[in-house]
Amino acid sequence: MPLKFPFRARRESYPPDLWTQCPGCGQMLFNKHLDRDLRVCAACGHHFRLTATARLAQLLDPGTFSERDEGLIPVDPISFVDSRAYADRLEAARTATGLRDAAVWGFGSIEGRRVAICVLDFGFMGGSMGSVVGEKVARAAEGALAESLPLIIVSSSGGARMQEGTLALMQLVITLGALDRLRAAGVPFVSVMADPTTGGVFASFASVGDVNLAEPNALIGFAGARVSAGTIADELPPGFQRSEFLLSHGFIDRIVHRSALRAELARILGYLAPAGGGSGSGTREASRG
Amino acid sequence: MVDRLLGLAKQAEHPPQAAPAAPPDPRATVWASVQLARNPRRPHTLELLAELASEFAELHGDRLFGDDGAIVGGLARIDRFRVVVVGHQKGSDTEENIRRNFGMAKPEGFRKAIRLFELAERFGLPVVTFVDTPGAYPGAEAEERGVAEAIARSIGAMTRLRVPIVSVITGEGGSGGALAIAAGDVVIALENAVYSVISPEGCASILWRTPEKAADAALAMRMSARDQQALGVVDVVVSEPGEGAHVDPAETARRLRAVIIEYLTTLAATPPDELVALRARRYRSLGAFQDLGPGPEPTPVERPGLADRLRRAFEAGSRTLGDTIGGRTVGGRDQREDVGRLQEDDE
Repeated sequence: MPLKFPFRARRESYPPDLWTQCPGCGQMLFNKHLDRDLRVCAACGHHFRLTATARLAQLLDPGTFSERDEGLIPVDPISFVDSRAYADRLEAARTATGLRDAAVWGFGSIEGRRVAICVLDFGFMGGSMGSVVGEKVARAAEGALAESLPLIIVSSSGGARMQEGTLALMQLVITLGALDRLRAAGVPFVSVMADPTTGGVFASFASVGDVNLAEPNALIGFAGARVSAGTIADELPPGFQRSEFLLSHGFIDRIVHRSALRAELARILGYLAPAGGGSGSGTREASRG
Repeated sequence: MVDRLLGLAKQAEHPPQAAPAAPPDPRATVWASVQLARNPRRPHTLELLAELASEFAELHGDRLFGDDGAIVGGLARIDRFRVVVVGHQKGSDTEENIRRNFGMAKPEGFRKAIRLFELAERFGLPVVTFVDTPGAYPGAEAEERGVAEAIARSIGAMTRLRVPIVSVITGEGGSGGALAIAAGDVVIALENAVYSVISPEGCASILWRTPEKAADAALAMRMSARDQQALGVVDVVVSEPGEGAHVDPAETARRLRAVIIEYLTTLAATPPDELVALRARRYRSLGAFQDLGPGPEPTPVERPGLADRLRRAFEAGSRTLGDTIGGRTVGGRDQREDVGRLQEDDE
C-alpha cells in the first residue's frame, strides 16, 4: 500500500484553484491576476462572467452598498419537473452561489453619486428571470423613483425562467410597467448588458434604457441559438448577436470595456441624474438626443 | 366581475358532442389542445372579425419600415363599441401562410401594434387584441431590426395605455411574441388555446435536449387555457363548439363576442387613472415568491473572544489532519451554507 503524503494531495489541488484557461485565446491565466484585471483576459480581452458580488464590488464605491429585499425567495408555482425538479435546481443553485435567486438590488454610490442598482448573476440558473428577479427589478425601479436616484441594471441572463411557466413571462410586463413609471418621472435608467443578455430579459428591461451600454463581445439577442436552430433553419451571419452587431444595428449606445465601466457610468449619470436627487450637483446642462 | 363572466361563459357551454372516450392521460390532453390551437382551419383574427364585428377597416404599416402580414390591425365596430383591433394573422393554406409568415411577427409587426395602440389612446377608443402566434420570428432579419426592443416597447405601451384593453388568446400564445399584444386589462382564452413562456418544442430542446419531448414540456409548463386560468394569467375561458373552434367559426365568434362586449362595457365605465392602476396591480400579482422579510444578511460574524479563538484554532488543527487523510478540503464555504440554511429554517 503506497504511502500518501499530505503535501502531494495538496499540490494536486493547486492548478484548478490558481489558474483559469481563457476560453477566448486558450492562455492560462493566474487567478490572482485575473481578479486584479477585473476578470478580463490580459492577453485577448475576453470578459469573463462576474458574480453579482464581484460586479457590485467593481462598480460601487467600497462599503457603500446596502442591499434591499434580500429576503425574497423563489417558490415552485407550477411544480415543474423536467429531468430534474425545479425545487432541486433551486437548491443546487443556492448551494453553488450562496444567493437566494439570480438578482441582487440595493443602493450604493458610484464615484460619490448615489444610485439604485440591480445586478443579475448568471451563476444562478443562467441568471434567468422568474418571479423573484422580476419583482426585484421592479422594486429597484420603484426604489429609484421614490428617492429620485438614477437606476442601473446590469444584465447577465439567458431570459425568462421556463420552470415558472407563464408567471416568468408576466415578469416582462411587471418590469416594463415599473420602468415606464420611472421614465414618466424623468428619472434616468442606464442598462448595462453583459454576456449573455438574451430572451425575455433582452425583450424587456434590458433593451429600454435611456442609455444602453454593453461589454465587448457579449452575446445579446432575442432567440437563443438552440431555439433558433430548432425552429428556423437559417444560416446566421458571423458576429451575429454580439455587442458590436447590436451597436451597428442601433440598439446599444456604447460598448464599454469593463475597466472603464465605472467611470463611464459616473460620466453619463453626471449628465442625466435629476438635479434634485442624489449627491450630484446637477448644474451641468444635459443635452438630450 | 370575473365570477359573473365565468357564469356567462358557463351558460354558453354546450355538452361536448359525443365526447370520445378520451384517455385520461393529461399529457395527451394538453397535446391535443396544442394541436387544436395550431389547426390551420381554426379561425384567426380576420375570420373572427368577419363574424363578430359589424365593420372593419384594416390599417397598414408601422411608418418605419414596412407592413407585417403576421399582425393585422385597424378600426372596427363591435356591437355599440368603436374599437381598435390588433391581432396575429396566420394563413389557412400554405400560400397565405408564407405571406403571413405563419403568424410569426417581425419587429415591424410589433411596431405597427404600438402605433395602433397609441392611435387608440389619442382618440379614446378601447383596444381589442387577438393572440395566436407560435412566437416572434426568430430569424436573422428580425434580430437585425431589434425584435426584442420592439416587443419590450409594445408591452411598455400597453402598461401605460389610458384606454381599456381586452386581450383574447384564440390559439397559440407563444412567448414574448404573444405577450407583446396580450397585456390587457382582461385576458380571455378560447378553451383549446394555449399560452406558454416558450414553445413546447423550444422548451424541450433546451431542457430535454430534444424537440421530441414537446408533449412532456407542454404538460410541465401547464400551458392549457384552464391551467392558465387557475394561475390567474387568464381571467376567463370560453368554450368552443363541438370538437373545436374550426368546426364552427361563426359560433366561436358569437361566444367570444358576448364576453368581449361584457368586458368592454365594464371597462368603459372605469376612469383612465384607475384603469392603468388596476392593470398594473393585475400583473404585479402574477408573481409567485416568498418574502422572508428584511432580516440581516446571513453574515453574523462577531469578533470572537480569546477562548473562542483558541478553541477554533484547536478544532481547525484536528480537522485539517482528518481532511488531509480523506483527501478533501473543508473551507468556510460549507459553514456559510449552514448559516444560510439556518436562516431559512427560521422563517
